Amino acid sequence: MDVIDTLVGVTPGSPLDAVRDGRKIARTHAQKSYEVLLTPAEPGDFSIAERFAVAAYVAGLHRVEPTAGYYRTGLLEHGGALAETVAKAITETAAEGPKGSFPAGPLSTEDTPAPAFALSPAVAEALGPKLLAAFAHTHYLVFHPRDAAPERFAPLQDAGWTLDAIVSLSQLVSFLAFQIRVIAGLRVLAATP
Amino acid sequence: MPDTIEASAVPNVFTRAMLGWVPFLEPLAEAELTPHHIAALIDAARAKSEYFRLLARDPDALEHRTRTDKDIFYNPEAGAPRADRELAAAAVSRFNGCIYCASVHARFAATYAKREADVDKLLAEGVGAELGERWNAVVAAAVALTAIPMTFGPEHVQRLRATGMDDLAISDIIQAASFFNWANRLMLSLGEASADRGPNVPSR
Repeated sequence: MDVIDTLVGVTPGSPLDAVRDGRKIARTHAQKSYEVLLTPAEPGDFSIAERFAVAAYVAGLHRVEPTAGYYRTGLLEHGGALAETVAKAITETAAEGPKGSFPAGPLSTEDTPAPAFALSPAVAEALGPKLLAAFAHTHYLVFHPRDAAPERFAPLQDAGWTLDAIVSLSQLVSFLAFQIRVIAGLRVLAATP
Repeated sequence: MPDTIEASAVPNVFTRAMLGWVPFLEPLAEAELTPHHIAALIDAARAKSEYFRLLARDPDALEHRTRTDKDIFYNPEAGAPRADRELAAAAVSRFNGCIYCASVHARFAATYAKREADVDKLLAEGVGAELGERWNAVVAAAVALTAIPMTFGPEHVQRLRATGMDDLAISDIIQAASFFNWANRLMLSLGEASADRGPNVPSR
């Protein structure tokens, strides 16, 4: 059983097991995506502890169990010293989405204010500059990605993020936006006769 | 569709027109691509795409993203019709605000369903547009999965079932909507749509 199966509660031979097998390649590569983004053999400039810190933050911002709990546990295993700080960051920056602004024009009437990313100084300091920049970027990607701009990469680069690691960070947050929703959706499907 | 996109290099309306895409970060150069990178592109022609050469900076993540994507959308064995999967992708893109992604998947939804007017209504009016019960149910499910906090519940599953969908079809809608929460965030954040740049990104 892969991570999605485990968190959905899919058991071998169940109707949902057959549904997942109906898209077997997606089933396999969703799990491979998890493995190469969370526990890559060569983590490069983005350590496994940092990856689990970001993942626990993303899952916590989505406020869904059991996925948030799964990544809290993962962070305890891989970067336990950060667990309490990440939990505080989730509480301090909780928001709703999707929000943000469109390129100026007819869609501007649909613009909604971007939720603030305002961490207490103690939490910001405990994260350290590299993860602080990553969490700010993650918060925007989770809640208001339409506010995209090239300037958003400067704080990451100033904090030491390489281009390769920025792509991995972007993939990690974006993949989790997928995985979290598949789990939530399939749980509802399984529970609805 | 509105003509206003002509006036702006960065499109400021949703459209089914072909758009280009310009990266914010430097992609790998074609000459830098190793066999590992090229294998991760899946289709060798993607070496011409700046989007895929940028994602190739993490080749393993790119490869598994692409294989997941293709099975969710292209697998023809049973489940939801391609048009419904593309509609879910277009609806999520409309709701998140990815003009580029919405343009591609609105085109696919319109083509496969032969329902250009309904797709244009979704783009113009947003995810509350009246599209008939089956498509309304697909859009409502896609939106409920995309919102944070998520609001997807038994009523969404029951509504899809009432349109005749079985569990594999509903799972296709769930996976298509979820996948575009992945795709939108990459497309939106790593570059921007451009109306005065020729289409330069393969469909996904």
